[in-house]
Amino acid sequence: MKNKTTAGTWIGFVLILVWCLLPVVWIISLSFKGPGETGAGSPQFLPSDPTLQNYRDILGIGSVTSGQEATAGDFIAALRNSFFISLIATFLAVIFATLAAYAIARLEFRGKRLVLTMALAIAMFPVVSLVGPLFDMWRTIGLFNTWPGLIIPYMTFTLPLAIWTLSAFFREIPWEMEQAAQVDGATSWQAFRKVIVPLAAPGVFTAAILTFFFAWNEFVLAISLTSTTGSRTVPAQLSFFVGPDPFNPPYGTLAAASVVVTVPIIVIVLLFQRKIVAGLTSGAVKG
Amino acid sequence: MAAIEMKNIVKQYGDGFPAVNDVSIDVEDGEFLILVGPSGCGKSTLLRMIVGLEDITDGDMLIGGKKVNDLAPRDRNLSMVFQNYALYPHLTVYENIAFPLRLAGKPDSEVDEKVREASKTLELDEHLERKPGNLSGGQRQRVAMGRAIVRDAEAFLFDEPLSNLDAKLRGQMRTEISRLQKRLGITTVYVTHDQTEAMTLGDRVAVLKRGVLQQHATPRELYENPANLFVAGFIGSPPMNFVPAKVDGNRVELPFGTVTIPEERAAKAQGKELLIAGIRPQHFEDASVVDSDKVTDDATFKATVDVVEWLGNEAYAYIPFEAPDEVREQLTQLEKDLDGESLRTQLVVSLDGASRIAEGDEATIWVDARKIHLFDPATGENLTIDSDNAGLIPGGNAMAKAEEVGKEQDDVKPGADTATT
Repeated sequence: MKNKTTAGTWIGFVLILVWCLLPVVWIISLSFKGPGETGAGSPQFLPSDPTLQNYRDILGIGSVTSGQEATAGDFIAALRNSFFISLIATFLAVIFATLAAYAIARLEFRGKRLVLTMALAIAMFPVVSLVGPLFDMWRTIGLFNTWPGLIIPYMTFTLPLAIWTLSAFFREIPWEMEQAAQVDGATSWQAFRKVIVPLAAPGVFTAAILTFFFAWNEFVLAISLTSTTGSRTVPAQLSFFVGPDPFNPPYGTLAAASVVVTVPIIVIVLLFQRKIVAGLTSGAVKG
Repeated sequence: MAAIEMKNIVKQYGDGFPAVNDVSIDVEDGEFLILVGPSGCGKSTLLRMIVGLEDITDGDMLIGGKKVNDLAPRDRNLSMVFQNYALYPHLTVYENIAFPLRLAGKPDSEVDEKVREASKTLELDEHLERKPGNLSGGQRQRVAMGRAIVRDAEAFLFDEPLSNLDAKLRGQMRTEISRLQKRLGITTVYVTHDQTEAMTLGDRVAVLKRGVLQQHATPRELYENPANLFVAGFIGSPPMNFVPAKVDGNRVELPFGTVTIPEERAAKAQGKELLIAGIRPQHFEDASVVDSDKVTDDATFKATVDVVEWLGNEAYAYIPFEAPDEVREQLTQLEKDLDGESLRTQLVVSLDGASRIAEGDEATIWVDARKIHLFDPATGENLTIDSDNAGLIPGGNAMAKAEEVGKEQDDVKPGADTATT
């Protein structure tokens, strides 16, 4: 009986792994194929002649395929934009969300419910419906094709989730913690900084990572609100890749770029895996 | 160290709920004061007003002669032990204890010295590097106390610190707290609903009911001279027996017989129709084990024992009796106020362990008639009180006032008196 269960469990594992990882493996495999292979009608799964040329092309290392000279410069600029825009948006969103969530969890004020409902309403808005108005507004006030032009909407769309996650966290922290700190001689700010924030760290991490993912992967706003590599992020930049043959998308280069942008996400997840898990479950079980 | 004076303290919540009503208590420098009462009596609220976590609606709070009504908790220099300890889970035991010192910006050497000293006092040395999550209940309790004693606070405040511990540990920690307080000689206010803690720890005890002070006296005074039915029923275990009584001269007619009480006591109770007599279980005895010269017909009665619980050193015998309707209502209400539930009117009699009385026996019971208290059933006041030895009893009728407040409280929040703490 027990063996059967184990065998079944393993089969399940393998099925799910194949289902989830096959596309990833396909992308990785593609990234090592030359243009001849990706253009073929029915390519084989594994590259028959593995090459690092795609990576060379996008990162600008060594000899670059002719006609692809500009790709590397654009890609690296986009990578830089992605990195800083995501980081700044995350940083600001987490700070605002922490303060807002604390107020929502701890203070009684008029319109508290309204704030929460509004936050939820914003999260429900389809991003696409705001692209047009934002485009117009940004052009008028001069935010079009700038970092803040992307940072501001990213913050707006991630704040609701961050506020909800964090206020759930703050609610879990007993009032007595703060009261004890105050009796021990702390000001409200000290109690918040030295007791509440450390206790909510898993929640802050969770919120930060979710925000970062959103900003890193976002495409619609990125392509609509930028026009040059001065502020275009990686997901948008990928759509501008042109291969030697204008009628065939450069699959190999795209795949290599996708692998490169996925690496930071995987590294972050692995680094903070335990924190995220703690963050997602800590509301359920009393620690 | 400082004295704490509470002058006509009132606490009314935003919704109009009167939690504390005109309470005046003086805590002398170095005194151990207990605030006791059934759940919802406002004792924790009062404590939180002393420490500053709760605003004071009216009245004056003086610590060391200085009015502190509007001071933030951190400016009052008091230390408090919370019911759930409120340790900081992300800090080690060492840092938990050091927290108040770090906030005060003390240099590392001083912090270390004081933390080590506190940890030695509380035998926490081997746990200093652990996190509170890995400690047992008793150890967490000691860490919370360490955090309280590490700085030179004006006073200690305890909010039901032992209620989360098991019975054995509670007994040990009780002694520990008492020893610590005596040694440090620091003013202490301790909230509890456990009357054993109240009796054993306190220099003086303030009994509260529905936010109204009932009596403020030493444990002995409370036990021997309760101000009213409520205090009498609350203090003592098993609780005092309340039986209907009629006084005629110095003879008191009880449901199971008539006894003679001392003249001066009888004099205070003349001219009343029906009274409630309060007799502690310990003031009864099996007539056969009492010195024969004490046993007279005036002080003994015969009754059929329903149940006997033999505990070795003593035995409790239960004797059912019928109460007239006039007093039954009062007794039922009283039982409810004391967080109990009266199923039947019965007498609890504490007998010597040597007594051979068995269930179903018709026993001869001796009662120490000098110790019988007589209460007015209408107001609950103790008529036979020896006011010189009863501590401070607030003027007016505290018990009736508590009833009034209780009605107001029920108007705002029905069932508030059954809330925890």
